[in-house]
Amino acid sequence: MALTPADNPLHPATLPDQETVIKRTRTESMLLNVGPQHPAMHGIVRIITELDGEEVVNADVEIGYLHRAFEKMAEQSGYLQVIPYTDRLNYVSPLINNIGYCLAVEKLFGLETTERAKYIRVIMSEISRVTDHLTCVGASAMELGAFTAFLYFIKAREYLYELIESVTGARLTISYSRVGGVKGDLPPGFRESCLGAIEKTRKEIKEVDALLTKNRIFVDRLKNVGRISKEDALAYAITGPFLRSTGVDYDVRRANPYLVYDRFDFEIPVGEHGDNFDRYLCRMEEMEQSFRIIEQAFEQIPEGPVLLDTDGTVMPGETMVDEAKMGRIENIRNVEAVIDPTLDGTTKVQYRNVETVNKRASLPPKEDTYGNIEGLMNHFKMVMMGHGIRPPKGEAYFPVEGANGELGFYIVSDGTDKPYRVRVRPPCFTIVAALPLILKGDSLADVVPTFGSVNMIGGELDR
Amino acid sequence: MEMTEKATGGYLTSRLNDMIGWARKYSIFQYPFVTACCGMEYMSTACSHYDVDRFGAGLPRFSPRQSDVLFVVGTISHKMAPVLKQIYDQMADPKWVVAFGVCTCTGGFYDNYATVQGIDTVIPVDVYIPGCPPRPENVLDGLIKLQEKIQGQKQEV
Amino acid sequence: MPVPCLFDQNKMPNLHEQLKAKLPEGVLEIHAQHGDETVVLRRANWIDAALFIREDPAFRMNVLMDLTAVDGRDLKWKPRFEVVAHFYSTEHNHRLRLKTPVDEKDAVVPTLTNLWPSANWFEREVWDMFGIRFDGHPDLRRLLMYTEFKGHPLRKDYLWNKRQPLIGPKN
Repeated sequence: MALTPADNPLHPATLPDQETVIKRTRTESMLLNVGPQHPAMHGIVRIITELDGEEVVNADVEIGYLHRAFEKMAEQSGYLQVIPYTDRLNYVSPLINNIGYCLAVEKLFGLETTERAKYIRVIMSEISRVTDHLTCVGASAMELGAFTAFLYFIKAREYLYELIESVTGARLTISYSRVGGVKGDLPPGFRESCLGAIEKTRKEIKEVDALLTKNRIFVDRLKNVGRISKEDALAYAITGPFLRSTGVDYDVRRANPYLVYDRFDFEIPVGEHGDNFDRYLCRMEEMEQSFRIIEQAFEQIPEGPVLLDTDGTVMPGETMVDEAKMGRIENIRNVEAVIDPTLDGTTKVQYRNVETVNKRASLPPKEDTYGNIEGLMNHFKMVMMGHGIRPPKGEAYFPVEGANGELGFYIVSDGTDKPYRVRVRPPCFTIVAALPLILKGDSLADVVPTFGSVNMIGGELDR
Repeated sequence: MEMTEKATGGYLTSRLNDMIGWARKYSIFQYPFVTACCGMEYMSTACSHYDVDRFGAGLPRFSPRQSDVLFVVGTISHKMAPVLKQIYDQMADPKWVVAFGVCTCTGGFYDNYATVQGIDTVIPVDVYIPGCPPRPENVLDGLIKLQEKIQGQKQEV
Repeated sequence: MPVPCLFDQNKMPNLHEQLKAKLPEGVLEIHAQHGDETVVLRRANWIDAALFIREDPAFRMNVLMDLTAVDGRDLKWKPRFEVVAHFYSTEHNHRLRLKTPVDEKDAVVPTLTNLWPSANWFEREVWDMFGIRFDGHPDLRRLLMYTEFKGHPLRKDYLWNKRQPLIGPKN
């Protein structure tokens, strides 16, 4: 029996013609939700994409999944107790956060740390910046399938973590910086071990560079993907390697040099296309520049104390009394006494309305705290509620160059021992805010490398 | 099971329960629920230097349906808690949960309006690894504790 | 006792004084504590000043670095809130801080989103944390907290450990 076209629904004669098909077809965009917990998102963020085929037409980013109320907690604790919280802001480069916060409080005090402390802060910041870039580049390469690069970079990061551990006693959450300096001096032999670790890290970077930079698959995934123009980047207040990849050479270390960054010779790598590949190259080059800064810092670093001794110029009232009791009056003859009703228990009631500046800012060295009663009392006076350090009334904003861009601390002081308001200007916040603009027009698969190059750090983004 | 002594005759005897436990504890497919700082130490543990593969837990699965140990790595906020609960519910039995870091154990020093005070208020937990963040050695110790627990328990098949 | 300044005061561009000369009736107060040049504006002049510092060749503030708020309840500020914005100019490499007081009863500030897109999320965060609304903002939703959350946590009258019931999984 012969089949007629009517028996076969797929027979060309029974199919509607092209025009009818087009007329009947309804097109609509598709919503696709990525996250909050997604293997290609290192960090928790939710990206809702609107897709036309594979092309991203629109995107909305939802954040706040790691909101831990840093700013509220800072208002509840003393100035020194905020330091551990700052470790956990950008947990990939905690030292920069530490140092940035302490610099902001020092700005409120009008303090300037010792030379050696400044150099130590620079060295530790740069080590931290390298660990951050290693993690960022490694993780985003892993998300593109280059697992080897990730393993190499985590191995290199381990060398640097060991260095950090030898200085601070912890690998990640270090709480190393103090208002007025750093917790302790560099350990003996640190220079050699640091330079050795830098050499080993350089070797790893070179190896990964050979694996990735000219790798066709890797380059094709990154080039011309996630582009943003110079004007857009500035309008969205994007800073750091992300901004530099578009061709703007804004780096806080160069624009507003803090610590001793004006004494080093280093380059600021700048891209031209503002795409993912340029960001990758910028980060790779910045690591080399950080190594150069560390090497120069070791050449220049002077000997000396690492924690500020604040009675160098102006002496607190009680120290003056102590000195006079011991008969040592030569030193204090020309020194102006600072009335400090807050620390002298008996006079506190009398001077209830008097607000004076307490110049004492730094904790005593740990050896003193554990070794003698004066050190222990001094320590308690600094950390007890209602007794801690008291910057004068006022407000200050201090920007430092974090690994992701400008990290600013805006602190309002009301003259008590707790900060009235601590605001962090998170570097990756503005980049994530610009994500919808960056993703638009790319395909869905490009979300992964673009998001990797943002280097979103939840602790810093959501605080 | 002391394999070396008893296997000399070319065969070994064991109880089925022990045998399944032994197999399960060395083939952990973990789901890293990485949210925060502890993720950095999770990465260190998983990579070549500390190499969690030596303990039979080297293969992270990024789908809850394919994994049997949920590593909750990092602070869980009130906004994230429903997601955690949903992922736990999606995992197939038998399943275990490791609370990685002090924030997941008790909330740590984030005693505030936004943070869940320990994930055991949301899902059951088998092993707690304290530390802020725990060192990789500490994580490996926690993993061994989990393996002991898996070996010792009654195996549901 | 005066607080020593770590900045070279001769090198400061004195933007705050220039802005005061430009908008004498809109400026409530200026200071340059610790070298941060600051202008406190009336709310009515918030947009005028923003437009001016964006376009004027002596200012050219092309980056809105940060925007936040401070709740002055414990300091008995009248009005209660203050919105604080930090600007930066890549051309001149200088910074300026603008502030405007906001009353609790009428907590609305005109939005800066049309001038600097970065204001979009900063303002959403301020709305979320302080409950200050931004007039003309395209999409004023909560940013960090979830929609079921009641209250504005960074206000001083929100207790720091006041927890709200957990919300269940959606679907």
